[in-house]
Amino acid sequence: MIVASGLTKRYPSGYEALREVSFQIPDGRMVFITGHSGAGKTTLVKLLCAIERPTAGSLVVKGQNIASLGKSAIPYLRRNFGMVFQDQKLLFDRSVLDNVLLPLHIVGLTGKEAQRRAQAALDKVGLLSREKAEPIALSGGEQQKLAIARAVVNRPTILLADEPTGNLDMQSASDILQIFHAFNQVGVTVVIATHDTHWIETYKPQVLNLNRGRLTA
Amino acid sequence: MKAWFAQHGNALRNAWRRLIAAPLNTLLSLLVIGIGLTLPAAGYILLDNLRIIGQGLSGSQQISVFLTLDAGRKDVAELESRLKDSKPGDWRFVSRDEALRRLQNIEGMADIVAGLSRNPLPDAFVIEPKDSSPEALERWRQTFAGWPKVAHVQLDSAWVRRFDAFLRLAKLAVTLLAGIFAAGLVAVTFNTIRLQVLANADEIEVARLIGATDGFIHRPFYYFGALQGGLGGLLAALLVKLGMGLLAGPASELSALYGGLFQLQGPNALHVLGLTLLGGLLGWLGAQISVTLSLRQIG
Repeated sequence: MIVASGLTKRYPSGYEALREVSFQIPDGRMVFITGHSGAGKTTLVKLLCAIERPTAGSLVVKGQNIASLGKSAIPYLRRNFGMVFQDQKLLFDRSVLDNVLLPLHIVGLTGKEAQRRAQAALDKVGLLSREKAEPIALSGGEQQKLAIARAVVNRPTILLADEPTGNLDMQSASDILQIFHAFNQVGVTVVIATHDTHWIETYKPQVLNLNRGRLTA
Repeated sequence: MKAWFAQHGNALRNAWRRLIAAPLNTLLSLLVIGIGLTLPAAGYILLDNLRIIGQGLSGSQQISVFLTLDAGRKDVAELESRLKDSKPGDWRFVSRDEALRRLQNIEGMADIVAGLSRNPLPDAFVIEPKDSSPEALERWRQTFAGWPKVAHVQLDSAWVRRFDAFLRLAKLAVTLLAGIFAAGLVAVTFNTIRLQVLANADEIEVARLIGATDGFIHRPFYYFGALQGGLGGLLAALLVKLGMGLLAGPASELSALYGGLFQLQGPNALHVLGLTLLGGLLGWLGAQISVTLSLRQIG
């Protein structure tokens, strides 16, 4: 369960990215955060994974209030999330498999078990045959799939994606959203920030529409 | 616990991979560290050899306590009692008659002694202290000089004190030199790690975003610093060993010319281990400072 109450984020420059936003996301829900550029979508995603802290209000994720969370607790909170970024943030100096192994190494899983789980994650997104390839050799859609494999390999309870289809063609975007939907079908909470609203009809998610930092729907 | 070992093992492997990924850079860094540690290490070992030479030449130290000419049997008994109580070491009483007899036995002195109208020599105690360090000898000298009927205390160890003072001064100089080179080692590691942190900024950012703790991010750099420093220390030990090996022959020859059997003592296993550990520790320290400051710099 994710609960936001009067959530406000004001940057030091005085710019207010979010103003008194309140919502609830029950476990296992698929949610789209929509809105135009500058609406506050990315700020909300950053607040959810504690990259930013709220200026006012509260944001409770998995029972922990992001506003008052200690610095040392943040890594452990983030392990509940699988995060997918628009620019993927892949490591181009290591193989596809090694990119997926990184989250497992962070939690101390190594050896054959880690390899088996990384290969299973790659299989889920259809990239197992490319495990030895370097990310630079993958297409944009495949790179995004690799980012998803890395996000799900630790079996997170929440998948969080910021504009995951932003740089993709229609077919690749459709493939990516299908993968997110498949994870949602097995109980994973999926939160996607996107300015692309025409997928709403297809997946009928809970929608949090932002306009100039305010929640409108 | 298993995860903890796995993470440390992974960090160590990661550090080793980084070390061998750029062999030329690694070799140059090791040479800088190795040569930097070689100079003070060689200095320490040479001073240790000098100390051994000094101990061999000084032999057992004696303190002669001469009594006043008017000291009688009662006074001698009083001093014997004090010596028994204070237990400075082995001691013996040399009466003025015995001293005169010994003087007579010295070649060419018999006629001179025969010409004396009375025995001018005093009674004396000759003491061989258990602790023959210059500090202890000086302490005993002051103690004996304060006892009644003692006219003069003779301590033939002035050169030992001078030699000891020289060794202490040289040791201090080597320690200062070691401090400077240790700071150099920390600086070399600091710079190497700083470049590595900047080169791996993307990986660090990703790792942070997906739940890596500071420990997970810092650890490979710490291990890298410790490995580099430790290998530098080992190289220094090998260089010192090589140098001592080259000097051993000429040093023994020189010693033989003075009738001695001195053998130059090279770095032993403990020295090698100590240098390796010291290098590792300094490398770890340099890495720790560098990682803390560099990560602050990249946010």
